Amino acid sequence: MDLTGKKVTVHDMCLRDGMHPKRHQISVEQMVSIARGMDEAGIPLIEVTHGDGLGGASVNYGFPAASDEEYLTAVCREMKNTKVSALLLPGIGTVDHLKMAVDCGISTIRVATHCTEADVSEQHITMATSYAGLDTVGFLMMAHMIEPDELVTQLKLMEGYGANCVYITDSAGYMLPDDVSARVALARAELKPETEIGFHGHHNMAMGIANSLAAVEAGASRIDGSLAGLGAGAGNTPLEVFIAVCERMGVYTGVDLFKAMDVAEDLVVPMMDHMVRVDRDALTLGYAGVYSSFLLFAKRSAEKYQLSSRDILVELGRRRTVGGQEDMIEDLALDMARERGTI
Amino acid sequence: MSNKIKAAIIGPGNIGTDLLIKALRSDFIEPVWMVGVEPESPGLARAAELGLKTTADGVDGMLPTMIDDGVQICFDATSAYVHAENSRKVNALGAVMIDLTPAAIGPFCVPTVNLAEAVAAKAMNVNMVTCGGQATIPLVAAVSRVQAVEYGEIVATVSSKSAGPGTRKNIDEFTRTTAAGIERVGGAKSGKAIIVINPAEPPLIMRDTVHCLTVDTPDEAAITASVLAMIKEVQQYVPGYKLKNGPVFDGKRVSIYMEVAGLGDFLPTYAGNLDIMTAAGLRTAEMYAQEILAGNFTPVAT
Repeated sequence: MDLTGKKVTVHDMCLRDGMHPKRHQISVEQMVSIARGMDEAGIPLIEVTHGDGLGGASVNYGFPAASDEEYLTAVCREMKNTKVSALLLPGIGTVDHLKMAVDCGISTIRVATHCTEADVSEQHITMATSYAGLDTVGFLMMAHMIEPDELVTQLKLMEGYGANCVYITDSAGYMLPDDVSARVALARAELKPETEIGFHGHHNMAMGIANSLAAVEAGASRIDGSLAGLGAGAGNTPLEVFIAVCERMGVYTGVDLFKAMDVAEDLVVPMMDHMVRVDRDALTLGYAGVYSSFLLFAKRSAEKYQLSSRDILVELGRRRTVGGQEDMIEDLALDMARERGTI
Repeated sequence: MSNKIKAAIIGPGNIGTDLLIKALRSDFIEPVWMVGVEPESPGLARAAELGLKTTADGVDGMLPTMIDDGVQICFDATSAYVHAENSRKVNALGAVMIDLTPAAIGPFCVPTVNLAEAVAAKAMNVNMVTCGGQATIPLVAAVSRVQAVEYGEIVATVSSKSAGPGTRKNIDEFTRTTAAGIERVGGAKSGKAIIVINPAEPPLIMRDTVHCLTVDTPDEAAITASVLAMIKEVQQYVPGYKLKNGPVFDGKRVSIYMEVAGLGDFLPTYAGNLDIMTAAGLRTAEMYAQEILAGNFTPVAT
């Protein structure tokens, strides 16, 4: 694979996707300290929000240690060069949250829907484009669930609403490099040349780096990852590793590799509640195609109702659940427990 | 003399047509008009076949003969954008407006919780909140009538095929209106609503989860009894309203897991979210009709 001379914008997810393994309990001080380290390392873009995006604070997804507004205000004002993004899932957050995040100083808004439901993002993407200079990204989750041509139809909707960048998101960490190549290449061929394409991976099958490289080769110019891989499931593409690989391959990221490694090792790893890695349950997510943030919910329900979390995750995959259906997990666990006589 | 109150349905789409089929079975409501804006609309043709007067000129096409035709109740199954104008016009001719759009210019009405209040207040416009609201607010109210609810949250999961273009274009209206209903009608101090759209095939039956955080430790027996009684009441007009699991008690959290199957009148059974709206709208109209027939209420032009 020859990627020499390519330029990639890396986007760190520690302070958003990384909220999942932290049960949304990262403190404002921890966020600021990590964000400062990333700013010094030259990471161009970082995401800061509840794990389920703006307005995610809920019984269903978990109440965070601080509000989106507190996190965003604290981080945005400390950044010298790094820009801050926020995630918004229509159906959870609203345009009111979007306005609040813009007032806090974000420069990028990412509007995320399930891969077949791009049309629910029209309201939010349209609103985002009314802010001059706001980088507006459409983000299609669980992109492994549909074929490349169907995916591109949905990406085009987001492009049509005004997104200047669209993402192919492997929320389940299910895809293999060929799956990524096929989707990104078709999107690159069909979308406007000025529309950027991004890829967001999860490391559940340990494909984070390989998939991200496949995406770059096929025409993606933005890659999501997180330092030390802090993210849902087995985490996101470990960003410091990706940056190192890029350096070896002659791909320009603009990030100081050693500084990024130090932030990962000295700030992010010590903050972890558990080692974020490809354990049995995280591997099951990738293998069965299940939304990565279901991991801890399945573990908790399994413990409470004396079930195997792997069984719960496999069944969630079989039922083709989508992102946001965390409420399904306890409901399903109760059904399984009744069948098995554990309650 | 007919012992039914005559009604008009505005909007011959899926919702309006399903409502029409339900209304034809009603003991208190006689649908006489179907109002649309597209001459080629299959919904208008179907209504005409069923013996209703129809127009493709919008509400203005019905107004000249509305009083002579005896219309005292109108249902609006169009969109929030045109609802206010429709309501003003039919109210001016003395008909009560039952609003199935998210416009919410009148008071919220959830039949099992506050219908009697709305009718007693003689409101000339009542709003049916949202599909998720109709499916979940009764359960928030079932908890809050036992003890104070600090926070009520609902998650509605609907099949992709049952989420129409109106909902998709303005999904924030769903979350905002439902959250307001959880507070005002459900009785929670603060409310939050989440909607998830799932494209699985075959389409999934509407699922609703209700989470309440009570102020004090929940009285498990009293809350369970109240929830089960409320479910029975809703089942009177939505037979497919089913408790899947719960109430689950975990500290101050009370969680209730529901499934809502429709009757399959015109809309498929999985679309319980749409069915519960049409059933609740008709239930509301019937209660108004009974009051009118009993001589307790005479709708007057406003």
